[in-house]
Amino acid sequence: MMALARALAFRLLVAVLLVYLLFPFYYAVLTSMKGGSAIFSVDYWPRQIDFSNYARIFSEQPFALNILNSVLVAFAVVALSLLLGLTAAFSLGRIRFRGRSALLFAVLAVSMFPQVAVLSGMFELVRAFGLFNSLLSLVFSYMIFTLPFTIWVLTSFMRELPREIEEAAIMDGAGPWTLIVRIFLPLLWPAMVTTGLLAFIVAWNEFLFALTFILSNEQRTVPVAIALITGGSEFELPWGGIMAASVTVTLPLIALVLVFQRRLVAGLTAGAVKG
Amino acid sequence: MAAAAHDSLTRARVRTAWLFLAPMLFVLAIVALWPLARTLLLSLTDASLGAAGTARFVGFENYLVKDDGAWYGLLADPLWWLALRNTLTFAFVSVAAEVVLGTLIALILNARFRFRGLMRAAVLVPWAIPTVVSAKMWAWMLHDQFGIVNDLLLRLGLIGAPLAWLADADLALWSVIAVDVWKTTPFVALLVLAALQMLPEDCYEAARVDGIHPAKVFFFVTLPLIRPALIVAVIFRFLDAMRVFDLVYVMTGNADATLTLSVHARQMLVDFQDAGSGSAASVLLFVVIALLSVLCLLAMRGEVLGRRQ
Repeated sequence: MMALARALAFRLLVAVLLVYLLFPFYYAVLTSMKGGSAIFSVDYWPRQIDFSNYARIFSEQPFALNILNSVLVAFAVVALSLLLGLTAAFSLGRIRFRGRSALLFAVLAVSMFPQVAVLSGMFELVRAFGLFNSLLSLVFSYMIFTLPFTIWVLTSFMRELPREIEEAAIMDGAGPWTLIVRIFLPLLWPAMVTTGLLAFIVAWNEFLFALTFILSNEQRTVPVAIALITGGSEFELPWGGIMAASVTVTLPLIALVLVFQRRLVAGLTAGAVKG
Repeated sequence: MAAAAHDSLTRARVRTAWLFLAPMLFVLAIVALWPLARTLLLSLTDASLGAAGTARFVGFENYLVKDDGAWYGLLADPLWWLALRNTLTFAFVSVAAEVVLGTLIALILNARFRFRGLMRAAVLVPWAIPTVVSAKMWAWMLHDQFGIVNDLLLRLGLIGAPLAWLADADLALWSVIAVDVWKTTPFVALLVLAALQMLPEDCYEAARVDGIHPAKVFFFVTLPLIRPALIVAVIFRFLDAMRVFDLVYVMTGNADATLTLSVHARQMLVDFQDAGSGSAASVLLFVVIALLSVLCLLAMRGEVLGRRQ
């Protein structure tokens, strides 16, 4: 009897938590499919399936362009931070030299910087390079978030590889670049996938720099575009369109996260648990 | 002879190390050190964001200055202190709630039951949703007129009239905290779960054989064992919560009730185009976080030393 009650309570707790975790997104999907005046009534179940909100964000706004911008920025950020991270991780993980741990610590310290602390200096720099209102300003400034954790995760993976694998290659006269590309890259690709995904998500979601360095609607990335969606008039509620845009950019992300969940969780917890 | 060859080989390796570090160091210097130094410098001037090149050095006037017997500058501005209080409240309350709820979810995920796979996937959903999107989603759910939260609470008879969750100065900060808890608890849960999965089976076996109450097992066995992971999670989250921007800015804009240090600094810098005071506000946030980081490091070192003894 006790055991039954306890099992029931556990099930109930799980059910409540599932609703808590999933309901907001479900409700966003539901709202995004409401047309016309249906938005003014609160519904718990879908009553109509109307894709006019989705059609509207693509016809009345440059939302397709915003998505393209986000994709371009995110891919460039991933490629650049993996390249820089891999070469740095090779030095930090495989070669002993003085100042190595101080350097790792400095890199960690950068990840603790409040974003706003570099905002005015970065703004000056972006303007000096003539990158204001250009996507390149974002690719460049996002390095401050993605480089530190890329370097940390790749270095810790690099360290765990046995010494012998590179010694043989060095005996054969392989240079450091050959070592990285031929020996380490094939072994490190799981770590590269994890850090690449995390960098992609960071770049895809970033808001403050994108809000500050980009001026025109056509150059904006997705988060800023969503934050700035307004209704056609003062009396029109923009929530249908906002939710349609939100669902559009979030569904691929959720799919990506669920497909790669094991790798992502390993990457997220790797640094913290060992540290 | 052999030693000399070895020596030159080592030197060559070290040279390679720096060569391969150079691109990363160069980029980090440009995107982190240089802007930080410039922000520091700008905070000592009366620069304006619009008109570059006309800045004048003003010393610490942006921070604190006495003029005609009255104090001016950020540190004399009640708004800055309000922002500090809001930020600290936000950080303390949200991290405390996230750790409690995150540990609960981690314990559930660590148990064996039929829907574990579903639960594990569901936990990742709030984490995967972009912050701006979750801010908008919740702002709509908390809408004073057409929001589902008011509707639900009214139906259940918990409130008599709709509440203005985001406009009411007494409620706004708590609403934002609640959304942050929803969004970030999964991260804490995953960290705690990783720690739980590394615990040895045998002490639980022994506890079960002895018939010890599960709550007792949790507080006297599990909790001390996952303590290091919890501390790491708390420090990570706390330092992160101290710089909160997106969530607050998207949900309540620059409203006083939820004004945090980051939002305040950006407002001065971009909206008021006041690069001098805005940079000073940024520097103060940097100093607050640096101080807290040092405190956290000291606490962590004490923890490690304490465990060794």
